[in-house]
Amino acid sequence: MSRVRVLVGTRKGAFVLTSDGKRARWDVSGPHFAGWELYHLKGSPADPNRVYASQTSGWFGQVIQRSDDGGNTWHQPGTAPGEPTKTPDGMPMGESNKFTYDTSPETGRPLTTHQWYDGTQHPWEFKRVWHLEPSLTDPDLVYAGVEDAALFRTADGGRTWQELPALRGHASGPKWQPGAGGMCLHTIVLDPADPGRLFIAISAAGAFRSDDAGTTWRPINRGLESQGIPDPDAEVGHCVHRIAMHPSRPNVLFMQKHWDVMRSDDGGESWHEVSGNLPSDFGFPIQVHAHEPDTVYVVPIKSDSEHYPPEGKLRVYRSRTGGNEWQALTKGLPQRDCYVNVLRDAMSADALDPCGVYFGTTGGQVYGSADAGDSWAPIVRDLPPVLSVEVQTLP
Amino acid sequence: MIRVVLPHHLRALAHVAGEVQIDVRGPATLRSVLDALEASYPVLRGTIRDHVTHERRAFLRFFACERDFSHESPDTALPESVAAGAEPFLVVGAMAGG
Repeated sequence: MSRVRVLVGTRKGAFVLTSDGKRARWDVSGPHFAGWELYHLKGSPADPNRVYASQTSGWFGQVIQRSDDGGNTWHQPGTAPGEPTKTPDGMPMGESNKFTYDTSPETGRPLTTHQWYDGTQHPWEFKRVWHLEPSLTDPDLVYAGVEDAALFRTADGGRTWQELPALRGHASGPKWQPGAGGMCLHTIVLDPADPGRLFIAISAAGAFRSDDAGTTWRPINRGLESQGIPDPDAEVGHCVHRIAMHPSRPNVLFMQKHWDVMRSDDGGESWHEVSGNLPSDFGFPIQVHAHEPDTVYVVPIKSDSEHYPPEGKLRVYRSRTGGNEWQALTKGLPQRDCYVNVLRDAMSADALDPCGVYFGTTGGQVYGSADAGDSWAPIVRDLPPVLSVEVQTLP
Repeated sequence: MIRVVLPHHLRALAHVAGEVQIDVRGPATLRSVLDALEASYPVLRGTIRDHVTHERRAFLRFFACERDFSHESPDTALPESVAAGAEPFLVVGAMAGG
């Protein structure tokens, strides 16, 4: 019978939740990296035992961790799997936390600037890795989206990281500016039909696409409208929160924006709004059903200034029509006095049948549904605030 | 031999318990001690000082002999008792909530 493994990143460590295909009973391991912020963990589609984790701290900076046994044990990828983590003299070998912007004459550019909160230009400063996106085919190839916004790549299993500098060097870069959460590259979507095509999203710059594996980029924000910027349909400046794709239909993208749920049917060339009957079109995560490309999930929250569910009712909304018509899913979710949020990387779906859907809250609950959202139950209730939820479907 | 006291999370990263002892060639300064520390424990690169600028991370402090060296020049000499191993050099996580 198939199994599922849910990788949970929190403000104070990582947790691994495992269950069989029934998804009724769960084993919980953790906290891993106790006391650190785990912005994101994600497994390799090509090797489910290979899991990468972004371990970060305002005090101590960035560390990348890697597991080769499904999250049971971890090492910093500067140390090869199976090798001792110390030298014969007892010195640690691991060195896996170096993210430096590419300013080399050959490939990089002078350290560029972006717009700061006060309107002045400000140099890029690395802060943390928000999102890790392993290649669909190569366990050693991983993309990392970082704050201040840039895209990095490793081809050696996380041992070393190199920036893909053309994105940061895009002509619009000086116009990018931080959102309230920082200027972060938080979304990386890989096209399974075209290895050269990548989609990324930055708060608050917008969405970008590369068709040549990151060598060149262009903004794909036509159709987005954002209050709060002088030109509401500007090329950049949009606060995209999350983009989702179904692998069978890579030209169809769904987006949760600061306000508005959007859809593109042409690989991001243009967008149209599909918020429909949602009680609020503000939110962070968006997720597509594993087997139904037109079934989409969002978790509306009240507004940009009140990051909690409308009316204190935690409701996942599901559209089975690719947007516009949304149904509230409430069975098993608190329907009073609930004021948690669900962050952008904190929702995921497994590939079982029926499809399982999972999300984590800032209140420390991880909810799971084994019936595509019809009913929900908490897997754990009292974790630290949840930053990310990813699920792996295992044989 | 210079004794260095690291905060909990850095001891965990470096797989060490208690104080770290390192050899420093030449005068014991903030720079030479941190260079030697990072050479012995590469995993600590970037966790105390910025990878590129080598500036102290904002929420860390450097103490020795009841003095705060956090804002001193990297080439400031540390007290003789630190250089001699009688007193430790302390890397401290600043008090900052959370």
